[in-house]
Amino acid sequence: MTKRKVGWVASILLLLASVWLGISVGAVQIPLSTIWGGSEDATATTIVWNIRMPRVFLAALVGAALAVAGAAFQALLKNPLADPYTLGVSSGASVGAVATIFFGISLPVIGMYTLPLLSMIGAITTLLIVVSFARMIDRSLRMETIILTGIITSSFFGAMISLMIALTGEELRQIIGWLLGSVALRTWAHVQMIAPFVLIAGAWLLVRVRDLNALQLGEDRAHHLGVNVSRVKNEVLIAGSMLTGAAVAVSGTIGFVGLVVPHMVRQLFGADNRHVLPLSMINGATLLILCDLVARTIIEPTELPIGVMTAFIGAPVFAWIFFRQRRKGVK
Amino acid sequence: MLNVHNLTGGYQHPIVKDVSFEVKPGQILGILGPNGSGKSTLLKMVSGLLSSSQGTVEIDGKPIQDYRPKELARKMAVLPQLPPQSFGMTVKEAVSLGRYPHQQGLFSSWKTADEEAVMEAMQITQVVPYALQEITTLSGGEQQRVFVAQALAQQAELLLLDEPTNHLDIAHQKQLLDTLKTHVQMHQTAVVIVFHDINLASLYCDHLLLLEKGRVSAYGEPHQVVDKATLEDVYATRLDVAPHPVEPKPQMTLLPEDSEAAGSIVRAADIQVLDDVVLLHTERPMRVVSSAVLNPGFGWYRTLVNRQVEPTYNVNDVASEVKEFAVSRGWIPTETVMQLTAVATRGAVIREYEAPFGSVVILVTAGVGNALDVSRAHEVQTLPAIGTINTWILVNGHMSDEAFIEAMMTATEAKTKALAEEQVLDCRTQTLATGTPTDSLVVAATQSGEALPYGGPITELGKLIGKGVVDCTRQAIRHYRDAQREE
Repeated sequence: MTKRKVGWVASILLLLASVWLGISVGAVQIPLSTIWGGSEDATATTIVWNIRMPRVFLAALVGAALAVAGAAFQALLKNPLADPYTLGVSSGASVGAVATIFFGISLPVIGMYTLPLLSMIGAITTLLIVVSFARMIDRSLRMETIILTGIITSSFFGAMISLMIALTGEELRQIIGWLLGSVALRTWAHVQMIAPFVLIAGAWLLVRVRDLNALQLGEDRAHHLGVNVSRVKNEVLIAGSMLTGAAVAVSGTIGFVGLVVPHMVRQLFGADNRHVLPLSMINGATLLILCDLVARTIIEPTELPIGVMTAFIGAPVFAWIFFRQRRKGVK
Repeated sequence: MLNVHNLTGGYQHPIVKDVSFEVKPGQILGILGPNGSGKSTLLKMVSGLLSSSQGTVEIDGKPIQDYRPKELARKMAVLPQLPPQSFGMTVKEAVSLGRYPHQQGLFSSWKTADEEAVMEAMQITQVVPYALQEITTLSGGEQQRVFVAQALAQQAELLLLDEPTNHLDIAHQKQLLDTLKTHVQMHQTAVVIVFHDINLASLYCDHLLLLEKGRVSAYGEPHQVVDKATLEDVYATRLDVAPHPVEPKPQMTLLPEDSEAAGSIVRAADIQVLDDVVLLHTERPMRVVSSAVLNPGFGWYRTLVNRQVEPTYNVNDVASEVKEFAVSRGWIPTETVMQLTAVATRGAVIREYEAPFGSVVILVTAGVGNALDVSRAHEVQTLPAIGTINTWILVNGHMSDEAFIEAMMTATEAKTKALAEEQVLDCRTQTLATGTPTDSLVVAATQSGEALPYGGPITELGKLIGKGVVDCTRQAIRHYRDAQREE
């Protein structure tokens, strides 16, 4: 109990600290007082309000979205390696997003929300394909089946994106920069674009934490405990895809956040989703703010794509979990 | 409580066909059947996991599909066949999930009743010591108990369990089923259990349902279902059914295919008369029923002993003394039947009688100093414990239980007749004696060769026993009297 309380307090403090660092550290060091102090320095105010703040907020939203989506997918599929990236859902969302940018699609009425919407549609379509294909192979949805299906899907969508890039001339740089995953040069408009989706879908998942706890024992068991399995499953898949789609729409494919964060949270504070999901949200936000900070400061003035940072952390963790799970299976 | 009517269903093809049964509160129904007979499928259909193509499943008169999921889970708890994956959950967390159907609304709080139900379930199943451990760190049996606790925490009026004793050792099987039985009696729960083990089902269930290829083959109380002919037919194997030694429930025993292997024949010459014992060792165990001191009752034994003891023999702790004696002589106590007598072993009369079915060997040692008239025995408070007629009847044949009992009756009648012929009197009443206070009888059969269903005087066996026991007993009495006179 106390361990969990410490976890909550530490996670919140870490988030606040990383927000502060994210805003003040950079090519120009800015004291935090600038934010509310109304500094005479107009440049500093501009940097804080128009460059750093939207960037930090966007990183937080994207990190929270990917982490909580990963945690939910893992509970639903009883598979610690499931996350938007390894399942291929991010790639599916990318196809939607790239197509929007490539064809310059802008749907009437929803306007700027076209990009996240098509991205989400890409995400959910992919998820349905991956899960139903994997289920056709084996009903128990073993880890290897899911991961291999994710790889197949990712490769296919990767090829589709490459094709679109090859066919385009002018948009090339934008698409490539975006593909590697980045929150650079984002504005308040981007924050506005995804915030509603992240908040709604995030809250939706948090409402389902107890159902997810039951589902961690398998669908049959959950059914016997009184969970409306098909409804909860659909809700979690839709909400998870919304979060992934929204994140991918503004930041491209940032890998492994949904894998690393829930894993760490579960290791430290146990498998109860009433804590795993919200703590993953908070720490996902923190992780991405810090990764972005490192990405833009480590070899100044060059900015690394943030996806590079998460992959550096994520891939070894992925290998470690896979190793442990397989060894357990062998024993 | 639970009513199942003409239930038919399965996957592509119907697996369960036209099954009907009911379970009342406080009752345990066991579902039995060979592999693939549809036991688990039936349970899945009753629990609503699989929909039926025909028929109904009703709980308290309402079809299960009309219940909302949580409402159904408050009525019915299900224990899966294998402990499910638990994904890093602790024992307490998993048991607490049993309270899921009792929690209403999005942010319902954990109430005292919830905590109490969880603690009670964990105490009953004895998983409290592991409360904070991850389930995956526990053994298979412990995991099984965790999910029993989860099902109990649901506090449902109906419990469905799919082979709950799989992977448990016998102590834990018994513990789990005892726990369930107590729980059922306390809370008047209705229980349906799929069983693999016919004997466990017979012991713990009020009713049994035997499935064969998806259809009901037998349904009723254990004695109606655990029946030799029915089980042999459904399982297509050889077995026998006998009553449980303590409980009024039938128990099934498998008959291995080589159980009829030819046995050796017992001859009078095989019996050794030594200074203090009359002894028979056989190659194969004989089926024995006896009133001996060591290993009385029915059993299978290779060593029969009629041992002479001093008239001053201390009879306070006979059981352990005779065991020690057997060990000291190199006999295996669990393979030995031992009688005691004060009569000299040299006075033993051993005769062999040829019969159409084989032969019978009879041995008698008789001491009639304390002979009594059984009709007047109630007049005396204490009777002397020595002075005994010990009889062995060794049969080369395959005797049924009835044959053993009839053989004992016949032998007893013959002994009484011998005493009358020899004019043995009860020295207190001066009436004809019928026996001594501590007579003992051993009937043993090789259980190979011809089947001997009966042992009364109407049969060849009974006739031989009658004649043989009278002859041998009379001769033994004469030996005894000769020995007395010499002294």
